[in-house]
Amino acid sequence: MKISARRIDTSTILDVSGNIDMSNSPEIRKVLLRELREKGVSRVVLNLSAVDYIDSSGVASLVEGLKASRESGSRFVLFGLSDSAREVLKISRLLKLFEVFDDEAQAMGSKAPSV
Amino acid sequence: MTSIAAKHPRDSKKSLKWNRAFLLKLELRSQPGLLCVIRGALAPLMEMLEFSGEHVREIIRAVDEAVANIMRHSYHGRLDQPIEVYCNRLHRESNGQTEQAIEILLFDCGPAVDTTKLAARPLDEVKPGGLGLHIIRGSMDTVEYKRAGRLNRLRLVKFVRPSKAGSAQEKLS
Repeated sequence: MKISARRIDTSTILDVSGNIDMSNSPEIRKVLLRELREKGVSRVVLNLSAVDYIDSSGVASLVEGLKASRESGSRFVLFGLSDSAREVLKISRLLKLFEVFDDEAQAMGSKAPSV
Repeated sequence: MTSIAAKHPRDSKKSLKWNRAFLLKLELRSQPGLLCVIRGALAPLMEMLEFSGEHVREIIRAVDEAVANIMRHSYHGRLDQPIEVYCNRLHRESNGQTEQAIEILLFDCGPAVDTTKLAARPLDEVKPGGLGLHIIRGSMDTVEYKRAGRLNRLRLVKFVRPSKAGSAQEKLS
């Protein structure tokens, strides 16, 4: 798995490639929490279009990212989910909790959902 | 490197009996980096058995989570412990028709699992972790744990049938 970061205005886009499983999910957790807690960006956008597979430990990392974003008042947005990634979030009943978009343009053009 | 069969010869007789008609056997160490190897091996086998794309993903997800659970909970992160995965094609007669299934058996040499702790956590609470068992049960038709001598045995079964998406497409065409 590889993760690279792009900064656009006050948002960070994290481009992830490869599969996310028990062997590397701590890495994505670390990067997400660094962006959300330490760098304090207003929005973290996770590009999953080059990720075929996410296991439950990867889902746990995403949930930690979501919680950190809520605590810091920032947004945590996903786009480019594969069928497998969408299914694992659905079976975990977590899909509706995340802001999920088809592509980067939609994700970057989106506004925070009203509470 | 000692295999489960060599480590527990008496117990392995049971394994041999079970795997007599198996399509595939994988023997690996408890290294998380090998999870991708299991996924890569199972995908073409399940496609060969004519599972739909959705069901191939479910089977791979269940086996991946089961092996990860063995690494995490049975072996507590030790990297040199043996895990064996056997795949067998099953048939059954139902209403005059033959149903096909894949049976996947996973063996490890860890301590016996406390079956009272095998309940998947409620999903109402949003928190990281504890999803593996829920994913396994939600992906397979049968999930059975058994202590077989000094081995843990997890049996997963999935029947070949059209996926929901496939059924919808068939109705539309």
